[in-house]
Amino acid sequence: MSGSYYVPPQSKWPALGSLAVGVMMVSLGMQLVHGIGGLVMTLGMAAVLTVMWLWFRDVVRESRQGLYDAQMDRSFRWGMGWFIFSEVMFFAAFFGALFYVRVFAVPWLDGEGAKGVAALLWPDFTASWPLMNPPSESISGPREVLSPWQLPLVNTIFLVTSSVTLTIAHEALKEGYRNTARNWLIGTILLGVCFLVVQGIEYYEAYHHYGITLQAGIYGSTFFLLTGFHGAHVTIGAITLSVMLMRVMKGHFDRDDHFGFEAAAWYWHFVDVVWIGLFIFVYVL
Amino acid sequence: MAPKLPPRLPPQHPLEQAGEAAGPAGHAEAGYHHGPKGLLRWLLTTNHKEIGTLYLIFSLSMFFIGGIFALVVRAELFQPGLQLVQPEFFNQMTTMHGLIMVFGAVMPGFVGLANWMIPLQIGAPDMALPRLNNFSFWLLPVAFTLLLSTLLMPGGGPNFGWTFYAPLSTTYSPPSTTFFILSLHMAGISSILGAINIIATILNLRAPGMRMMDMPLFVWTWLITAFLLIAVMPVLAGVITMMLLDINFGTSFFNAAGGGDPVMFQHIFWFFGHPEVYIMILPAFGIVSAIIPTFARKRLFGYASMVYATSSIAILSFLVWAHHMFAVGLPLVAELFFMYTTMLIAVPTGVKVFNWIATLFQGSISFETPMLFALAFVVLFSIGGFSGLMLAIAPADFQYHDTYFVVAHFHYVLVPGAVFAIMAAVYYWLPKWTGHYPNERLGRWHFWTSVVGVNLTFFPMHFSGLAGMPRRIPDYALQFADFNMASSIGALLFGTSQLLFVWMIIKCVRGGEKAPAKAWDGAEDLEWTVPSPAPLHTFETPPRFQHQEH
Repeated sequence: MSGSYYVPPQSKWPALGSLAVGVMMVSLGMQLVHGIGGLVMTLGMAAVLTVMWLWFRDVVRESRQGLYDAQMDRSFRWGMGWFIFSEVMFFAAFFGALFYVRVFAVPWLDGEGAKGVAALLWPDFTASWPLMNPPSESISGPREVLSPWQLPLVNTIFLVTSSVTLTIAHEALKEGYRNTARNWLIGTILLGVCFLVVQGIEYYEAYHHYGITLQAGIYGSTFFLLTGFHGAHVTIGAITLSVMLMRVMKGHFDRDDHFGFEAAAWYWHFVDVVWIGLFIFVYVL
Repeated sequence: MAPKLPPRLPPQHPLEQAGEAAGPAGHAEAGYHHGPKGLLRWLLTTNHKEIGTLYLIFSLSMFFIGGIFALVVRAELFQPGLQLVQPEFFNQMTTMHGLIMVFGAVMPGFVGLANWMIPLQIGAPDMALPRLNNFSFWLLPVAFTLLLSTLLMPGGGPNFGWTFYAPLSTTYSPPSTTFFILSLHMAGISSILGAINIIATILNLRAPGMRMMDMPLFVWTWLITAFLLIAVMPVLAGVITMMLLDINFGTSFFNAAGGGDPVMFQHIFWFFGHPEVYIMILPAFGIVSAIIPTFARKRLFGYASMVYATSSIAILSFLVWAHHMFAVGLPLVAELFFMYTTMLIAVPTGVKVFNWIATLFQGSISFETPMLFALAFVVLFSIGGFSGLMLAIAPADFQYHDTYFVVAHFHYVLVPGAVFAIMAAVYYWLPKWTGHYPNERLGRWHFWTSVVGVNLTFFPMHFSGLAGMPRRIPDYALQFADFNMASSIGALLFGTSQLLFVWMIIKCVRGGEKAPAKAWDGAEDLEWTVPSPAPLHTFETPPRFQHQEH
């Protein structure tokens, strides 16, 4: 190692970024608690995105100026890898909640495991999953649940296919077929958009025809928590891939040096794997 | 009793770096990037030393704010009955004291030390991702301003304890809880990004020739701490997100009426919370493992076993969370499992304490202030460890649960544990940061008043707790009056004596006895090869690390 590790000069993006995050969070709180601040929140979010754009633009420029060496590349790889690990743990908390509810909490409410208290509160409660009849009558459960073999299966096919198309795009980039890479990347992003559209349809159906809502007891809660945060991650992944598409079209990336693309691909595959877990444990089982 | 400072060696520059031969004062101003001065310099910086300083100053400010909250609590508990504050406000004080100390004082304190020292100890030019580093820091003032502002909101601030158990923190919480959640989200993002940076730095920026098993223990313990942070801070984010949804969107995660379970909150929270307490102590182990060999003038005894013990503690920390919940109504098999895994932690911790003592054995020991704090750490942390073992025994815990015995236990591991380690580190590394030795006389006054204050505060809590005094209650039965009065006097002494700490730091920054590159004659790590004060940029060309047998 030759001492070529690049230490960036002073930058205004970190401080502006935390200010933007602060504005967004405070106005989100104002919106939730007092019902005002939605506009500021939107502006805050726009500010966060703008700062991210400008910050990453600096990084891209530095990279294209050749300021980064192989060691810097490894820093980015470790950084992205551990970031994805943190995301895994974020979803692990939600999956953990789902398993806890299904294995322990709901059966215990039915008196299993010698837990007497629930039987005194709600003697008529019968455990089931999906939980159609929550213990208290003040909370009305879903009327019907979604079949995994309709829209969710379609979405599974979309996402799994998109991982394949993304890999083809990546291989094409590595071989130097830039137009091929661009086309398969466009296909990947379109599959992601299709996924989000189908999920939107599914949410509409859930709310309007199935009675699956956030307020429909623990089934609706876990359903929207897991699929909602996954959908948010698909959105982020699709935006990231769109940026990569722009960079491919602008002629960025070498055949053997394109970690920005790879990082976006790692993220996309991670989102795909989470979906497989969701499909199995939220929809099928 | 306390011998003189170690003999001064002439400043050494074994690395012969062109940039640093210019001498500390000149070089500090001769860095290659020069941006704005004054406040903007601190806002825009990407330098690990400046960011480390920011973290440490932030941590110290939060230490005082959290300390004032604690003194409000202790003032109310000075005598039985309600004198000074309403129970509602008392609850806000206990809650905010815990939150501020954990997330605002101890964690940023260790991150500040990591920022300053890890690049110096591994021979790196800076942190791996310097801009991200600054983002991690500046999220904190935003987050904690928001958190503190909840005290002024209608209905008051968080009042449900720093563990914010549902349904106290959901169904029965004040409206400001949403802001509390959002501020904790920001602090969490800061921690995760900071930990990613630290882990990338350690794995990727070590000087050529430095293998993993050559790293100083402070670096090792921080590597493992960073892993814990990345593993559990997202879980905290998950659980507070579920709270946010329960409060604002009518979900049923912690509401049994909808099929959820408030106990599930405790499981998820403590899955985060137990590794979290090790996040607050593992870097302390690393600091003590640096200071004791220096002032015993011996190599650390059992370097490899220290690394393995730290790793074991980290792995076990994921398997013990429900020992915080013995009294909640767990199945018997869970009580037994968590009891035994918890006791198992005593083994690697015992290895560490043994190694520190073995390092002292036949050492040529001197007792400068950093060493005093480190030795107090070993003794007093062990007391906290032993009371932890008592609490680990599930049947006994039914008696101790939610009493002042628990308060005594975790304050012994956190105050003379984590906080003393941070102070030891400050005294130890101040010569490297400022180029001046800390005032030894002031340091010793600070040390002894702190030790007396801490023990006077927390030792009586063992007795009041065993006798059944519940925690988090503003009033108490008359038989606890003497113990509480002692605790309150001790708290005032400890709190006031921290002003000596601030005075010492200010004096040390402004002047004092000049320190050479190797400020302590038993200190062996790489940071002592650069001048004191360390110039703004160090190791721009990586040093060649000479492997030494540990």
